[in-house]
Amino acid sequence: MKRFFAWGALIFGLLYFFLPLIGMTNFSLKMRRGVYSLDAYAVVLSDPNFQATFSYSVMMAIFTIIFGVVLVVPTAYWVRLKLPGLRPYIEFITLLPLVIPAIVIVFGYIRLYNTSSWLPLTGTAMGTNILLMFGYTILALPYMYRAVDTGLRTIDVTTLTEAAQSLGAGWATILGRIILPNVLVAVLSGAFLTFAIVLGEFTMAALLNRPAFGPYMQLLGANRAYEPAALAVIAFAITWGCLGLIQLVSRLQKSAPPKA
Amino acid sequence: MSNHQTGAIAPGGRKLEGAPVAPARRLPLAWVGIVPFALFALLFLILPTAKIVIGAFQTPDGGFTLDNIQGLFTDSILKAYWISIRISLASAALGCLIGFGIATAFVLGGLPQWIRGPLMTFSGVASNFAGVPLAFAFLATLGPVGLITLFLKTNFGVDLRMLGFNLLSFWGLTLTYLFFQIPLMILIITPALDGLKREWREAAEILGATGGQYWRMVAFPILLPSILGTLALLFANAFGAVATAIALTGSSLSIVPILLYAQIRGDVLGNPHLGYALAFGMIVVTGIANALYIWLRARSERWLK
Repeated sequence: MKRFFAWGALIFGLLYFFLPLIGMTNFSLKMRRGVYSLDAYAVVLSDPNFQATFSYSVMMAIFTIIFGVVLVVPTAYWVRLKLPGLRPYIEFITLLPLVIPAIVIVFGYIRLYNTSSWLPLTGTAMGTNILLMFGYTILALPYMYRAVDTGLRTIDVTTLTEAAQSLGAGWATILGRIILPNVLVAVLSGAFLTFAIVLGEFTMAALLNRPAFGPYMQLLGANRAYEPAALAVIAFAITWGCLGLIQLVSRLQKSAPPKA
Repeated sequence: MSNHQTGAIAPGGRKLEGAPVAPARRLPLAWVGIVPFALFALLFLILPTAKIVIGAFQTPDGGFTLDNIQGLFTDSILKAYWISIRISLASAALGCLIGFGIATAFVLGGLPQWIRGPLMTFSGVASNFAGVPLAFAFLATLGPVGLITLFLKTNFGVDLRMLGFNLLSFWGLTLTYLFFQIPLMILIITPALDGLKREWREAAEILGATGGQYWRMVAFPILLPSILGTLALLFANAFGAVATAIALTGSSLSIVPILLYAQIRGDVLGNPHLGYALAFGMIVVTGIANALYIWLRARSERWLK
């Protein structure tokens, strides 16, 4: 009886989750009347706007990851090492982006950093790009911080630091050559998740008027029939790829324990 | 490095006098290490939000007012909040229920163990597959010329549209949101289900409890805080979702995030400060949901340690 319900739940889940995936794949192949073809993909991939927005978002994702790592790893390390009492508060701040909707945060940006403010970031394209990168960092913060903090929990931060210090290492060496390699898997998980988030993000990019992939998808969706489905398949493949890479790196770590 | 001897006269030094085992007197400089993070969070998270909250209580020339908040209580805005809350609540409740069912089936239902890994990976992917592409997937499946719509029409002569189903509606949006809500529930509740100790079940059985009694009187009360907590998280998750809604409905369905989006783009409400109030309302709603989550989470962790 129990097993019957379990299989029932499994089949229901499979139907609900796979039908939309099948639906979008099927639809993306139907651009040419009567036969299955990859026409929609060809159209999308050769669209200069696709190439421009996609590479823009990839660049933004890379910068967001770099900035996020530089910001989060030293902070999480320092809090564990010197300020363990502050951990709950820092954690609370990093979880705030789950509470405050992205649209509210970006609304605040627009009002706070417009051309007539003390820090007119939205005045130039470069400034807006930087602002958008900060916004993405905020969006990814809950995942990035949690990943790094979990990674730090598995190593003995204090001992490693003292050992490095007694050998004469400075803070930069400790962070770059001791701590970072030890939490690399955690950092990579955070990085891949950040990549997936940034690539599909719509609200912030659209409201800051940046030519990112999310707004491009939305625009195409409003005007075309088959291409959006092809885009959805591509986006799903990217998400899948990012999450797959997270699985892969954490499995690699399990099979080869760190030589801490 | 931070071992400054001069620290003895610093205010921190006085504090150390009270502590009998103060090893070395140093200027408390440890806080310097988190300044970059604190500054970043302040500038790009706290202040922008504070700006919105304060703006909600300000007149255009900076005075204090409650007019903006009062402005929310008009028919169209209240309706937008109401449908947003209903969609979020429905998708959160159904997401919890179905996600719990699936997770239970996998953890306790005697399904083969190897299914578990793929399920968790898939849940990770699906819970992140929100936004614009998700809307496309559902349009391609249940839209006017979608896979299921056409299949039902040609094979069974059933016209979903005639039956009153429309993807651009309350149920359509709820159904779409479930695609990321259910996996999120599975991801969060599976560890809680794993935390149910076998001894509890055995103890209940020794005392003569039936399976139903065990669930009703032991397992469910223990899981309840996690379930309710996740419900709150899913609610906030759906309430703040902008991209899926916009890509799915354009602007035909007036829910709060879409209304706010249109307001930021072009001041459709005709009063910039009403936009602040609208955003403030969103923070209040998701804030309540998450305060509930944190509180219930803390309660559930007492049991599942």
